[in-house]
Amino acid sequence: MIETRGLKKSFPAGKSGTVEAVRGVDLNVAEGVIFGFLGPNGAGKTTTLRILTTLIDPDAGEATIAGVDVFRDPGGVRKVCGYVAQGGGTSGQVSAREELVLQARLYGSGKAEARERTDAVIEAFELTEFADRQCRTYSGGQRRRVDIALGVIHRPKVLFLDEPTVGLDPQSRARLWDEVRRLRDEERMTVFLTTHYLDEADALCDRVSIIDHGEIVAEGTPLELKRDIAGDVVTLGVNGSAAAAADLLGGSSFVRRLETSKKGLLLYVDDASVAIPQILRVLDGSGIVFDGMELNRPTLDDVFLTKTGRLIRES
Amino acid sequence: MKLVRDTWLIFCRQMLLVVRTPIRLVIGFAQPIAYLILFAPLLKSALAPLGATTYADAYRIYVPGLLVILLMLGSFFAGFSLLAELREGVIERARVTPVSRFALLFGRALSEVVTLLGQAVVITLVAIPLGLRVSIGPLLLAYVLLVLIGLVGATVSYAVALSVKNPAALGPLINVVQQPLSLLSGVLLPLALAPAWLVTVAKVNPFYWATNGTRDLFDGNIGGSGVWQGFSLMAVLFALTTWWAITRFNHQLR
Repeated sequence: MIETRGLKKSFPAGKSGTVEAVRGVDLNVAEGVIFGFLGPNGAGKTTTLRILTTLIDPDAGEATIAGVDVFRDPGGVRKVCGYVAQGGGTSGQVSAREELVLQARLYGSGKAEARERTDAVIEAFELTEFADRQCRTYSGGQRRRVDIALGVIHRPKVLFLDEPTVGLDPQSRARLWDEVRRLRDEERMTVFLTTHYLDEADALCDRVSIIDHGEIVAEGTPLELKRDIAGDVVTLGVNGSAAAAADLLGGSSFVRRLETSKKGLLLYVDDASVAIPQILRVLDGSGIVFDGMELNRPTLDDVFLTKTGRLIRES
Repeated sequence: MKLVRDTWLIFCRQMLLVVRTPIRLVIGFAQPIAYLILFAPLLKSALAPLGATTYADAYRIYVPGLLVILLMLGSFFAGFSLLAELREGVIERARVTPVSRFALLFGRALSEVVTLLGQAVVITLVAIPLGLRVSIGPLLLAYVLLVLIGLVGATVSYAVALSVKNPAALGPLINVVQQPLSLLSGVLLPLALAPAWLVTVAKVNPFYWATNGTRDLFDGNIGGSGVWQGFSLMAVLFALTTWWAITRFNHQLR
């Protein structure tokens, strides 16, 4: 649905030349997925997004969205894309309904159709309660839902969201995630979102690309990315009989590596859901008593650390 | 057709914002009305050398100038609202839609000018009981000229705002430009009272010609040379400033 090759963009930065915001980004996003573009602030996420939504021209590269060439036919791309900027874009003195009708009409709808679509998104996003109040009276979460409703009023094939949950409280955030999932599941939309929250990429996105200093450093499903670097860690509380347990499990094919620590026996495995039943089977009948089992899965934090040598919070 | 439709959409949206911020209208009216009531009475004697013997004469000279200044200065401030809307993200939201980029700018300029023209109409109506006499045909034509003046001001303001991008810098800049322009257009007092060198300088100021044209129309003198001079100068200028603003808009924002 979204394909890019070698996207590049640099900006002039004072007297000292230029900043290369994006240096050769290749993306391939399939239809109907929630795609997460993960990276620290200043990594080039927003620049990439603004290139794809025709807001800025790249210095080099190619991009097509839903088969439309972004640079040869920006008008065509605008019709199939929705875009929600990080800061939103509503005027304080008008209501959500007025904004929605205007937005539909800017996309070419006639008056009646614009009103119909507005009614539909107001219902879908549950905005009824406040849709006729002026936008300046909305809470952060309400405003965000209006922003996203504005982005999908013309039923785009692809929706771009720039840092959609920044500044939201946990409930509003969870609610917004649900809305995004609904757009994928019910409206068959492809959603491209940027985020610097690892948990958001992990919980919400079907696929993730990690970008750092304008380059993509990793790509895959959140699960693949995490498994790639470390696999899962199963900790067995086997006080006293750690050595015996290690002997028993050491030769097993599903154990990648094993370590004894104060907490017990650490087993590094590819996939804990496969390994745990096998661990239990091996230990069963061996007479080894264990008083607990703990599972630690690597987070996208670990992925980011492995790929860039930094924690995302430090960048 | 799409251009007209898009411009109309943006225009309506901007007018909605005007209606929702009535305080802007009140402030917009207060100053010209104050000038009309507190300053104009001084004019009868001041304008006596030009043959103004009655209040009607004084107002016929003064009101057109006041309206020119209203449209010219008012529209110079259009850039501020553009910068505010850029900050709000409203313009970016529109730019990802297939709406015409020209309409985004021109619809806004129109709404600024129509708002100012509304104020101009009120001022005209207030001036009538005070002694202004004007006939309707030339008056309507004068309004058209005023709209052109306003569009020139608004597009210049947009172009400058998009170049400096900083509201704190835009204010002083507008002041520096508008002061000589308004003094040298004879809006408050006709430059017929001025020494010859001042008139010579004023002649390079297009708003001087526009003011003369507006005065001619308030005199009922449709065929006066000021009228066609004012109209043609403003039309040419309007084409140039619109082109400038659109170029800046496309360059800065695309």
